[in-house]
Amino acid sequence: MAMKTLTLNGSTVEFEPGQTILEVARAHGVHIPTLCYLDGCTATGACRICVVEVKGARSLVASCSTPAEGGMDICTDSERVRQSRRLTIELLLASGNHNCITCEMSGDCTLQDLAYSYGVDTIRFPNTPQPHAKEDMNPFIIRDFSRCILCSRCVQSCQEVQVNRAISNGYRGPTAKIIAGCDQRYDQSDCVFCGQCVQACPVGALIEKKGRFQGRAKDVDKVRTTCPYCGVGCQLWLHVKDGRIVKVTGVEDGAPNKGRLCVKGRFGYDFIYSDERNKTPLIKENGEFREASWEEALDLVANKFREIIEKHGSDAVAGVSCARSLNEDSYQMQKLFRAVFKTNNIDHCART
Amino acid sequence: MTNSFGEFGKARMFFVIGSNMTEAHPVAATFLKNAVMNGAKLILVDPRKQPLANFADIHAQIKVGSDIAFLNGIMHVLITEDLYDKEFVASCTAGFEDLKKTVMAYPPERAAEISGVSADMIRDIARMLASVKPAMLCYTLGITEHTCGKNNVMSTANLQMLLGNMGVESGGVNPLRGQNNVQGACDMGALPNVFPGYQQVANPDARAKFEKAWGVKDLPAKPGLMIPQMMEGLADGKVKAFWVFGENLANTEPDIAKVEHELASAEFLVCQDIFPTETTRFADVIFPSAGWSEDDGTFTNSERRVSRVRKVSQPPALAMPNWWIFKEIARRFGHDWASSSGEELWDNEISALAPALAGVKYGRIEQDGLQWPVPDDEHPGTAFLHKEGKFTCGLGVFTAVEWTPPAEVPDEEYPLVLSTGRRLYHYHTRTQTGRSGLDYLLPEETADMSSADAEALGILSGEMVKVRSRRGEITVKAKVTPQVPQGMVWMAFHFRDACANWLTNPVFDPATQTAEYKACAVRIEKI
Repeated sequence: MAMKTLTLNGSTVEFEPGQTILEVARAHGVHIPTLCYLDGCTATGACRICVVEVKGARSLVASCSTPAEGGMDICTDSERVRQSRRLTIELLLASGNHNCITCEMSGDCTLQDLAYSYGVDTIRFPNTPQPHAKEDMNPFIIRDFSRCILCSRCVQSCQEVQVNRAISNGYRGPTAKIIAGCDQRYDQSDCVFCGQCVQACPVGALIEKKGRFQGRAKDVDKVRTTCPYCGVGCQLWLHVKDGRIVKVTGVEDGAPNKGRLCVKGRFGYDFIYSDERNKTPLIKENGEFREASWEEALDLVANKFREIIEKHGSDAVAGVSCARSLNEDSYQMQKLFRAVFKTNNIDHCART
Repeated sequence: MTNSFGEFGKARMFFVIGSNMTEAHPVAATFLKNAVMNGAKLILVDPRKQPLANFADIHAQIKVGSDIAFLNGIMHVLITEDLYDKEFVASCTAGFEDLKKTVMAYPPERAAEISGVSADMIRDIARMLASVKPAMLCYTLGITEHTCGKNNVMSTANLQMLLGNMGVESGGVNPLRGQNNVQGACDMGALPNVFPGYQQVANPDARAKFEKAWGVKDLPAKPGLMIPQMMEGLADGKVKAFWVFGENLANTEPDIAKVEHELASAEFLVCQDIFPTETTRFADVIFPSAGWSEDDGTFTNSERRVSRVRKVSQPPALAMPNWWIFKEIARRFGHDWASSSGEELWDNEISALAPALAGVKYGRIEQDGLQWPVPDDEHPGTAFLHKEGKFTCGLGVFTAVEWTPPAEVPDEEYPLVLSTGRRLYHYHTRTQTGRSGLDYLLPEETADMSSADAEALGILSGEMVKVRSRRGEITVKAKVTPQVPQGMVWMAFHFRDACANWLTNPVFDPATQTAEYKACAVRIEKI
């Protein structure tokens, strides 16, 4: 389709018909703050943070949900726009609990960042407490409704990204709440604990319980890796503090998962810290395992394999490699069997 | 997979057979569901009303083990109604006449009788498949875990070639691999017939190449044993020493009683693992391994993408990287191996020896991984294979196959079919998920059964029952669910006591030695 033009902060820019004002601005490197907007999902226009001024329009418009039109004259950062955003932030802060001191999201919170960058340091409205009790029953996700700003990104991540259809917007007016099913606990609803809602939450309303008080954004290093479960190969950010994983999130722009994870990838990481790990080489004697040094255990295995190969031939030994472990480990094991033991008796569970 | 997860979003039609994607590959399923919500068609072929059934345009609830008859029936319609891609068949394939001859014996009425799917639905599916191009075919272990697993796979390929859906974006035959690095373990040559990069051990040139690279002589030419043969070798004394790295065979192999007898028969058993398991009980020596996130390396996913895996902490106590353990054993046999890290192993050995991985180097996969084949350092990787209908061997060869029933079918004594699989909240034998708190979401196994069968047996949902096969019996909670059709029981293998593998049948596809986990005969008894 033929490109059209509009005026963006005084400059003439081209756009494709069908693009929203937000998309046009982003395409031209103009930053418009957003809160409820979730990439790739239907824009809801709920939060009003992304409002811009369009010359001739009756009121400010939400850039995320307003289609760009040829000839529009748009200002994304006028005083009128800034004042409106300040008011919106002030109203959000006046509703519910936005004390950041122990909030897990402090330092990684869109609302906190907005309040700071727009200098909202006084709130002229009385605080409206939020009426819904915190849900803290399951071991994975805490739902703290007092911090919820009803942006509905969680709903979109559930409905449109993961298509698990477990949560939606419930009730109305001052009692509005994000609900699972007919307002059930997550663990008693159709929720499958993918945790995409937690990842989408821009504030501290949805929190990962395992990582609570273990380290916030400023305390952790993010290390990219690949999930240890199924064959999709999702890309993970490991949030690491003092050598320990405290949280896992999806790599938003990473292939193949584009930020998405499932329950196992997101919450199934801490098995490595189990006390039940094998920690030393073990040798069985008289039916019981005893601890051994590497030297002793390696010598024993090498001697035993040598003895069996000498006595019965190379094909009397066989090995099964691990489809969970690294490529480099499987390579090394087949090399050991082929080049050293001189047998092709090496396999793994590809067939099962 | 011939194609990629990234193509799901653009696909116009999916044919999903034997894949419980929302539970076994949940993130892949999200992309499929997105496409369906945007108008793509979904034909689901599965005996159970699994979660994807809610998104399907057609759900063909075939009987367990009837896949070939069903697929041949579809191909019968495509050929007799002249709906197949004649241009693709003529220019890119061979063996069409043989295929035609075979599938002509499967008119929809006969396919319907075997599969339990109506002849009309078979015709509808064929016509729908012919009406949209391309379609992505996805399968998982519902196709492979049969005594006719290889032929099942052949049938899916026959269908996609007949439809001309190969070598194109958002088409292809796409097996979703079950484990994070099962593709990689194959690519690395942890298979009895091939070196890394699928170079045949029987080929003297390949052997010469690896002899030179590894500085050894006389690499063995004869393909080795596959797992079931190794296990039987333990029992009959042909295999004396057995090394099990990171597998819990005592729970994962069919017929646990038989498997444990085999493991107990080993003259010398080495286990290398991060946890004590039901299998390590039989070990003579246990090597403690570094686990995920305790070593640097790579995994290769279903779409052939080699991605980095990074170390963030030391393994506990004396546990060591797996490659180091193998290297130390080699050293004790007088072999000094140079590589001393994942990066050295990959960049200096693997990538140098496997032509499809020649262009994959650690330096290139810092961010997104690369999809093989990547023949050189400039190559961007390959999202889908067989581009423009050019297959690896030239033409795509149709392999006509006849339907064969499962080895054990229900009878008076064992009137139900047991089929097995994986559930969302657990992974295999729970060595990982059982230690990550996921038991909270699924604390026990159930025998999933239809209300019709439960009613006939006087069983209520939640009641403990006995499930018995010719191999063994377990006591497990019954779960009456509309997911499961009459005549079927469905179970997983996550929990030891109620593990389906006490019951499953140790019979295997003759070519691949894949066990028939998807079909055996059982009966359920009220306690």
